[in-house]
Amino acid sequence: MQPPLPEVGSQSSAVSGMTETVGAAGWALGGLLSGSAPPVAHTDPSLPQDAGQDHESPYEISVQEEVTARLHFVKFENSYIEACLDFVRDHLVNTETKVIHATGGGAYKFKDLIEQKLGLRVAKEDVMTCLIKGCNFVLKNIPQEAFVYQKDADPEFRFQTNHPHIFPYLLVNIGSGVSIVKVETEDRFEWIGGSSIGGGTFWGLGALLTKTQKFDELLHLASRGQHANVDMLVQDVYGGAHQTLGLSGNLIASSFGKSATTDQEFSPEDMAKSLLHMISNDIGQLACLYARLHGLDRVYFGGFFIRGHPVTMRTITYSISFFSKGEVQALFLRHEGYLGAIGAFLRGAEQDNPDQYSWGENYAGSSGLMSSSPELGPTQGAKSGTFDLLEMDRLERPLVNLPLLLDPASYVPDTVDLTDDALARKYWLSCFEEALDGVVKRAVASQPGSADAAERAEKFRHKYRDKLQTLRHQPFAYGTLTVRSLLDTREHCLNEFNFPDPYSQVKQKENGVALRGFQSVVRALDALGWEERQLALVRGLLAGNVFDWGAKAVSEVLESDPQFGFEEAKKKLEERPWLVDSYDTWLQRLKGPPHKCALIFADNSGVDVILGVFPFVRELLSRGTEVILACNSGPALNDVTYGEALLVAEHIAAMDPVVHSALREERLLLMQTGSSSPCLDLSRLDEGLAVLVRERGTDLVVIEGMGRAVHTNYRAALRCESLKLAVLKNPWLAARLGGRLFSVIFKFEVPAE
Amino acid sequence: MGAGRLRAPMERHGRAAATSASSTREPAPEEPDGRGQEPLRRRANSTSVPAAGTSAEGARRDRHGSCSGGTSVSRQRVESLRKKRPLFPWFGLDIGGTLVKLVYFEPKDITAEEEEEEVESLKSIRKYLTSNVAYGSTGIRDVHLELKDLTLCGRKGNLHFIRFPTHDMPAFIQMGRDKNFSSLHTVFCATGGGAYKFEQDFLTIGELQLCKLDELDCLIKGILYIDSVGFNGRSQCYYFENPADSEKCQKLPFDLKNPYPLLLVNIGSGVSILAVYSKDNYKRVTGTSLGGGTFFGLCCLLTGCTTFEEALEMASRGDSTKVDKLVRDIYGGDYERFGLPGWAVASSFGNMMSKEKREAVSKEDLARATLITITNNIGSIARMCALNENINQVVFVGNFLRINTIAMRLLAYALDYWSKGQLKALFSEHEGYFGAVGALLELLKIP
Repeated sequence: MQPPLPEVGSQSSAVSGMTETVGAAGWALGGLLSGSAPPVAHTDPSLPQDAGQDHESPYEISVQEEVTARLHFVKFENSYIEACLDFVRDHLVNTETKVIHATGGGAYKFKDLIEQKLGLRVAKEDVMTCLIKGCNFVLKNIPQEAFVYQKDADPEFRFQTNHPHIFPYLLVNIGSGVSIVKVETEDRFEWIGGSSIGGGTFWGLGALLTKTQKFDELLHLASRGQHANVDMLVQDVYGGAHQTLGLSGNLIASSFGKSATTDQEFSPEDMAKSLLHMISNDIGQLACLYARLHGLDRVYFGGFFIRGHPVTMRTITYSISFFSKGEVQALFLRHEGYLGAIGAFLRGAEQDNPDQYSWGENYAGSSGLMSSSPELGPTQGAKSGTFDLLEMDRLERPLVNLPLLLDPASYVPDTVDLTDDALARKYWLSCFEEALDGVVKRAVASQPGSADAAERAEKFRHKYRDKLQTLRHQPFAYGTLTVRSLLDTREHCLNEFNFPDPYSQVKQKENGVALRGFQSVVRALDALGWEERQLALVRGLLAGNVFDWGAKAVSEVLESDPQFGFEEAKKKLEERPWLVDSYDTWLQRLKGPPHKCALIFADNSGVDVILGVFPFVRELLSRGTEVILACNSGPALNDVTYGEALLVAEHIAAMDPVVHSALREERLLLMQTGSSSPCLDLSRLDEGLAVLVRERGTDLVVIEGMGRAVHTNYRAALRCESLKLAVLKNPWLAARLGGRLFSVIFKFEVPAE
Repeated sequence: MGAGRLRAPMERHGRAAATSASSTREPAPEEPDGRGQEPLRRRANSTSVPAAGTSAEGARRDRHGSCSGGTSVSRQRVESLRKKRPLFPWFGLDIGGTLVKLVYFEPKDITAEEEEEEVESLKSIRKYLTSNVAYGSTGIRDVHLELKDLTLCGRKGNLHFIRFPTHDMPAFIQMGRDKNFSSLHTVFCATGGGAYKFEQDFLTIGELQLCKLDELDCLIKGILYIDSVGFNGRSQCYYFENPADSEKCQKLPFDLKNPYPLLLVNIGSGVSILAVYSKDNYKRVTGTSLGGGTFFGLCCLLTGCTTFEEALEMASRGDSTKVDKLVRDIYGGDYERFGLPGWAVASSFGNMMSKEKREAVSKEDLARATLITITNNIGSIARMCALNENINQVVFVGNFLRINTIAMRLLAYALDYWSKGQLKALFSEHEGYFGAVGALLELLKIP
């Protein structure tokens, strides 16, 4: 009944800024800090300008310094506010900066200090507006932002896949008091209630009862206490009869009911525990009552009471489950502590329409969940305590669902959840660690002219090894751990140390070699009868897919035997019947009417795309099927990028009239996916691609390669026909799927009518 | 939501009653690591009350089944009882987590012949209870609540209201033994969790057999009965007008002529909230462990007080705004974005996060803040339940409200303010005794 209120003056603060200095750095106080991140270098292949270039290379590589907008959020205790302001003044404030946007209780408290130190005007932003804006932002842009917490379950954290529609939801913010806000749209939210019994009550009352002054210490006390010494339980009232009555004797009849006596001392631990239960239960009960009244089942909890504290997440989870009889799950957010800062930034940057972009979490620059929690104990690595980071990279265009997903709400890109599967986790973490030497070597080799390449590569090694180490102990640090997240983290770390494209020369060379073989491959195919040709095309796709520097087994062969050729690759392929083999159905289908439009997700550069994919594309075109060839926007391993694919296509068009006319007539379209990952998340694709897929009436999706068709999307259900094919180049995965090295997955799926 | 009720073993008997929560038993979740504690079922309907149309006899039989014992002696006794109204003395007992509430019917129409026959022990009980206002060091008779000239089962007499702490229950049982209660061949009808907890002691030490009754059934029967007989010519039910204004605030009688539906909030050590749709149809909606026991328990820890009265007295002299953080402490005034008034409490005990402020508050301030915190919270939960159940009259009962005008006025004000006048808070003079009255009524049903 009391008005709850937005959280004020919590002990930590966050600040945000943007690398590109936008007029106003957004802050939430607290805080801010934008480090200037190194600009992300981007390799940009282009056609050779000079005919005297190396004849082997179909194009030349130029490195461009390209600035990617990146948001930096730093969370630190308010006691560091002065140091933070100094940093901001020295690095981030320029003559164009006039205003700094701040929210939180500290925006009032530190207003004068900020204005005096920075010489900027403080624009105080409404706490709750910032919080909700920040919450919407992370829910939209960070897959697996939300999770449920189960103390004794394995894993303790269960991440939720992003729901395409995030509204409506309830946000229960537990600061010093509790605010319960119903969020209905981007701009519409309503305070529907709250409670004065919140984090401030735990802290204030706890300090009075136990003489312990710090919030964290109070929680620590509580985690060691026995509340039954202080609370009156049902069994205290009913005696032993609760059992025969079928009552749970441990239910609390009256919080602090046993302390109504003067002849007994109570331990600080027990009192703190009792207080924690009392407050958590009360909040959970009210949250359930409000959720029920408003018919909402998605309830997110935040505020300093929750922030990274397993103790309170546990009691709140329990309480919600109890009072809702399991109908409502308490949801928590990985970046809960940043919401206000993000919101303040977004308020400050409104003229730049930050909502028109999509954003991606940069794993290299972000602290993992619980990485600075004091409660995890010594096994969790060094206490990085006071500073916690979040970096968000701006993607130039919005990312959307592939319109052909059968059910976007239930789509999960990843095939194996490594948070869940301890054996698989152990294997893949070691696998990535063992591959690290090779990646470092490759990175150094990719920049022969750079004096500090070796040094940077070592820094990369340490960073990525640290990440792997963190993930061993906290697999939940960045959401659900998957092969995809391990690969993406590696790409982010490489970028962080200016190795944006370690395979640029490899790709260039392989593209050159493959282009030279294109015509003979096509001639051979054309010489075959129709049915023979179809199988040869599929075998070519599969053989091309053996050329994968991402797979350890293959990269070793490629490294030691550079002449490893297309024909040899075909020999390595498993004979039919393949491990997964629906080729006969596919062949039958090809005897039917042509597809209207095929969307093909390409994988590797070189032999794969040129000798595998293009001949296949050519056949589809000849059948009258339009083709959209989708390639990564940015580099990842030796995967062909959109830029490279454009150049390769030009070269092929010059040799091949079919491809030439198709390109000219826009029956063959090259598009970018919006991704820079060796894997594929069909819920985050470039909007332009999605629009085209819809416009062209796409009725076939071809996904090629282990990263896109096995590690991800193996179980993805589409509304149209789909072909998922890959060669298993990892012995462990092959064994797991019941096959062996170089086993073939050929999965042709037709949706149920 | 919340507190559960019986599970299978009891229900097999078809007997509903027994388990309901005492006003004290509250449903706060236990420690989260308790395994397998599924959320307790909601009681769709009072299982203890026969549905309309079920014969009263069936109900009686059920009820009787909850009496312990079943020895031949008791059967004999029951048979002797069947012939007329129950033998004196007539008691109703409600053994809560903190307090035992005892109602005693003193017959005033005793004929000379009866007086002659009245056994010595019975006489001594009557004299002892009616001539004293205090028993031992802790038992108290609330003389001001005495109901005069009631007619019960054809007998005229006065109803007395007595309470003592539950921790003195062993002494009470011992007294029963010393005074040879067992020779009276009476049945003790008792409700509350203590009816179970002390059943064995009654039997083995006092040689007394308890008839255990569902406390929510008793509560509702007691309220309806007491409201129907009034308060010695005055109204039993009342409300506050202008509760926030100490000069204009008035306690006014309320005629509960349309009692249903009704939200009943029983504040004992913990809190139970019931939605009552008719005499026989109610459900427990939820409850909270933040109740009277929490107020008193925290006051003891924070102020060193020793009695509930002392805690309230301190609270009456304190200033909670020194302890609590108000909306205006944060926003300098109202928080208009959310329509929150500056006087509203933003964070209970929120100022106590600061060491300086902790050192500047008095025990009285802390007692007041504890009272305000607990009371506001109960009001808040009650209001949400009323909204969810679509009920607009809320009756607050239970011993937390005894001599607790601050809490009652706050509940009245908070309910009115936050519901924008839609909800009305009602109170009842015999606030804590309804369970005991209900138990007495059950005794009289035993033929």
